[in-house]
Amino acid sequence: MSSPIEHSAQAPSADMLAVARRQRWQDMAFHRLTQAFSLLVLLALGGIIVSLFINAWPTFQKFGLRFLWYVEWDIVNEEFGAAMAIVGTVMSAGIAMLLAVPLAFGIALFLTETCPVWLRRPLGTAIELLAAVPSIIYGMFGLFVFAPVFADYVQVPLQKVLGGMPLIGWMFGGAVNGLGILAAGVILAFMVLPFIAAVMRDVFEITPAILRESAYGLGCTTWEVVRKVVLPYTQKGVIGGVMLGMGRALGETMAVTFVIGNANRMPSTLFSPGTSIASVLANEFGEAQDLHFNTLFSLGFLLFVITFVVLALAKLMIVRAERSKGA
Amino acid sequence: MKMLQASALYPRRRRANQIGLTLSMVAMVIGLAALLWILVVLFGNGLAALDLNIFLSDTPAPGSEGGGLRNAVVGSMMIVGLAVLVSTPIGILAGVYLTEFGDTSKTAEFTRFITDIMLSAPSIVLGLFVYAIAVATVGNFSGYAGSLALSLIAIPVVMRTTENMMRLVPGSLREAAFALGAPRWKVTTLVTLRAARSGVITGLLLAVARISGETAPLLFTALNNQFFSTKMGEPMANLPVVIFQFAMSPYENWIRLAWAGALLITLTVLALNIVARVLFRDKVKS
Repeated sequence: MSSPIEHSAQAPSADMLAVARRQRWQDMAFHRLTQAFSLLVLLALGGIIVSLFINAWPTFQKFGLRFLWYVEWDIVNEEFGAAMAIVGTVMSAGIAMLLAVPLAFGIALFLTETCPVWLRRPLGTAIELLAAVPSIIYGMFGLFVFAPVFADYVQVPLQKVLGGMPLIGWMFGGAVNGLGILAAGVILAFMVLPFIAAVMRDVFEITPAILRESAYGLGCTTWEVVRKVVLPYTQKGVIGGVMLGMGRALGETMAVTFVIGNANRMPSTLFSPGTSIASVLANEFGEAQDLHFNTLFSLGFLLFVITFVVLALAKLMIVRAERSKGA
Repeated sequence: MKMLQASALYPRRRRANQIGLTLSMVAMVIGLAALLWILVVLFGNGLAALDLNIFLSDTPAPGSEGGGLRNAVVGSMMIVGLAVLVSTPIGILAGVYLTEFGDTSKTAEFTRFITDIMLSAPSIVLGLFVYAIAVATVGNFSGYAGSLALSLIAIPVVMRTTENMMRLVPGSLREAAFALGAPRWKVTTLVTLRAARSGVITGLLLAVARISGETAPLLFTALNNQFFSTKMGEPMANLPVVIFQFAMSPYENWIRLAWAGALLITLTVLALNIVARVLFRDKVKS
């Protein structure tokens, strides 16, 4: 009569061993499969660096390091320098970040703290949907609609008020046609703004309610809760969001190509037309031959290196921030 | 003395609070106004140019009247569709690796670092890369090359969002599943991934939205085609490149078509977002 009990006590253990063995095998396969897919990214990176460098080599060989600060773009005589494009890229992205980061922080703060609850969803959705608007739309908008308005209502007043001032007056000189470095920076700012804001809002919302409520319970104002509790807690995500925005701004092609003016010369003021690495590539790659072709590859290589350095610095910052917090 | 300090401190804190919150509201208004402005312009110009012909006829020759965007619409759908098919499984599985197995291994750490960089890698550089490996070697521009370039953009986006969202799933949920004797792959796919589903879908949407409007990587890969073609092995018309070419042209008819195309792309992206959102909300309720 005791056999059913014995049976049920032994059979499962044999079953369980088999199950455990199968599961261990499945886990291994799962591990390796996902690992293989993640290694594809490394492969792509290696491929990008190698293929760009190979195609760029003739230019680097001819001009050497001088290529970086050589101010020349002569297709007929095959004299090329990257200085103008680098300056244009860095200036337009810098202006964009100066404008976009505070605005994005404000929007994220508003959406998570001040906004009435019934409005959060629609406004948040609006920002998310707008982060999805393709960059070429920003470009077209910039060229056909924004540039004329920008010239009349921003550039002209700026030039009038600040143009005569010592030290900074020179920045606002030049023709006011709505196109140029500053215009590209502003369009870029609005392009990356919803992107950064959406990420910041998402990470702000992740802050555990109990942390927030504890701070409020201690008598903190909303501003203090955000500055001293939410922001430190979500630091990594916030920096990540800014990083994404910066990456997009530096390498953005379409929004910039439409409004930067596409002039192959050194910008002398904030209003002067310029060029960025990405816009040169978009404009000239189709017709490029010989050394010109190689030079465009070397510009692409440089753009890649610049973004790499920026992102590496951002990551180092994150690590340092975490270490000081974790101690 | 102490009372005096406290009474001076409180108004100052309140003032700082008010200034901060007001500025944040101003930022919201600026953001919404700018974005509303873009949409109004887009719909104003796009709707004026939109008619049935857009879908029935192909892109016109320079300077000629009429025409539509049929070839570009079909081409875009094929290129983006293939890119999404390729990048969704790769991105999600790679993201799973970084979350579940990535804490102890140096390779995974390095992969994460590289993915962050690929995430922000300029799309035009990816276009150059694909040109070098899939156009220069084959000898002609092709829709496949376009899809490859777009997948390179989509994969890191899907990967990192999947990872970030899976990391937000509370450890207790995972531990509970492990305590029930579930194997790792089941915990990951049936518990963690499912709990992070909304985030993963957001990542996919961001990826699709991003690549449907990407112009730069298609310039050197899919190029453009004035005629209707469904052959992925040949140069293919696609909306972003057509818009770029037409908007920069001096022909009024081309610029009109560019606005129509811009509206089409934006509507598609917005519709995708809304559909996914509705689907997701239903699932949460059940």
